[in-house]
Amino acid sequence: MTWPDLTQSLTPAVRAGLPLFAIVLTLGAYLLGVEIQKRLRSPLANPVLLAIVLIGITLRLFHLSYQDYFTGAQFIHFLLGPATVALAIPMVRALEHIRRGFWPLLSALLAGSLIGILSGYGLVRLLGGSQAVALSMAPKSLTTPIAIAVSSSIGGIPSLSAVLAILGGILVAISIDPLLNWLNIHEPSARGLAAGTAGSGIGASRVIPQHTLSAAFAGVAIGANGILTALLAPLLAPLLKHW
Amino acid sequence: MSMIQPIFILLLFQLAGEALRAATDTKVPGPVLGMILLTAFYILRRREPAPALQHAADGLLSWLGLLFVPAGVGIVANLALLRSAWLPISVALVGSTFLTLIATAWIMHRFGRSIFIPRTSARQEGR
Repeated sequence: MTWPDLTQSLTPAVRAGLPLFAIVLTLGAYLLGVEIQKRLRSPLANPVLLAIVLIGITLRLFHLSYQDYFTGAQFIHFLLGPATVALAIPMVRALEHIRRGFWPLLSALLAGSLIGILSGYGLVRLLGGSQAVALSMAPKSLTTPIAIAVSSSIGGIPSLSAVLAILGGILVAISIDPLLNWLNIHEPSARGLAAGTAGSGIGASRVIPQHTLSAAFAGVAIGANGILTALLAPLLAPLLKHW
Repeated sequence: MSMIQPIFILLLFQLAGEALRAATDTKVPGPVLGMILLTAFYILRRREPAPALQHAADGLLSWLGLLFVPAGVGIVANLALLRSAWLPISVALVGSTFLTLIATAWIMHRFGRSIFIPRTSARQEGR
């Protein structure tokens, strides 16, 4: 079976249809990914990863470049901005909790942010990875939209940071229960905050059904770690680059 | 109407964040500055966000995964890099994620345990 080579036949009519094709492809691949996750009920079957693979294969089959795809996909990409601003709402809702335990919360969040940046960068460099890869690893604990934005502002590869943020979130979703049970940490506040700080939305999805407190703290952690790391990473990056 | 107002507010704060970024020449992403401004706004107003805004935010965040598919697809252009640096990438991802998870949970456990007790008691009184 042969597929039409769209780059060879990019007549104005086909060109004009590309943005719509890219949008339909993105929505369809994501919906298919959600459906597959519903069937398999596993955090490993992440809809975003499935969609990325499906779209990657489709682009390859039709000989389309990433630029061709992005002519349409940029309209979906644009919504990352307002969605990031919307992360303020879960934080405002948990204001009562934040006021009650401001210092423990800030210490835990600050430690999580710093350790995430430094160990991410350091481990890549230690094992011989390039600076661009190390800088892409630094914001990997963040919610993907902020990871992408921070990565591009400090000299990382945004798409690599996006994939690492998703994989990190999946890792947290799988490992948080055994790891924290082993450490004897059972309070919903600590579990929620750690899930949101290390694994953002995907990590949080694991603890949200466990307790209302863990859901509230996960929401605070996603926004707060986004803010802290977005402030700290650009300050630390010039220092880290010496190594 | 109920959809347009929350979208307007979110975009307005994003715009304010982008303006602040341009004015201060910082490397902090504009939408993050917008999020900080929106959080500060509601802290200062000492009021809950309007139900319509909460609804729109929840809606947008429940579809967050879809929104970063376009950026993620960019990885297909970087497959060679992924193949050549798979060892540092996978070790750093696992190691750094576990360190972040454990450090955050432990500090919260050590210093926040007595504050955030999951029960409804008379704790809030007198604080």
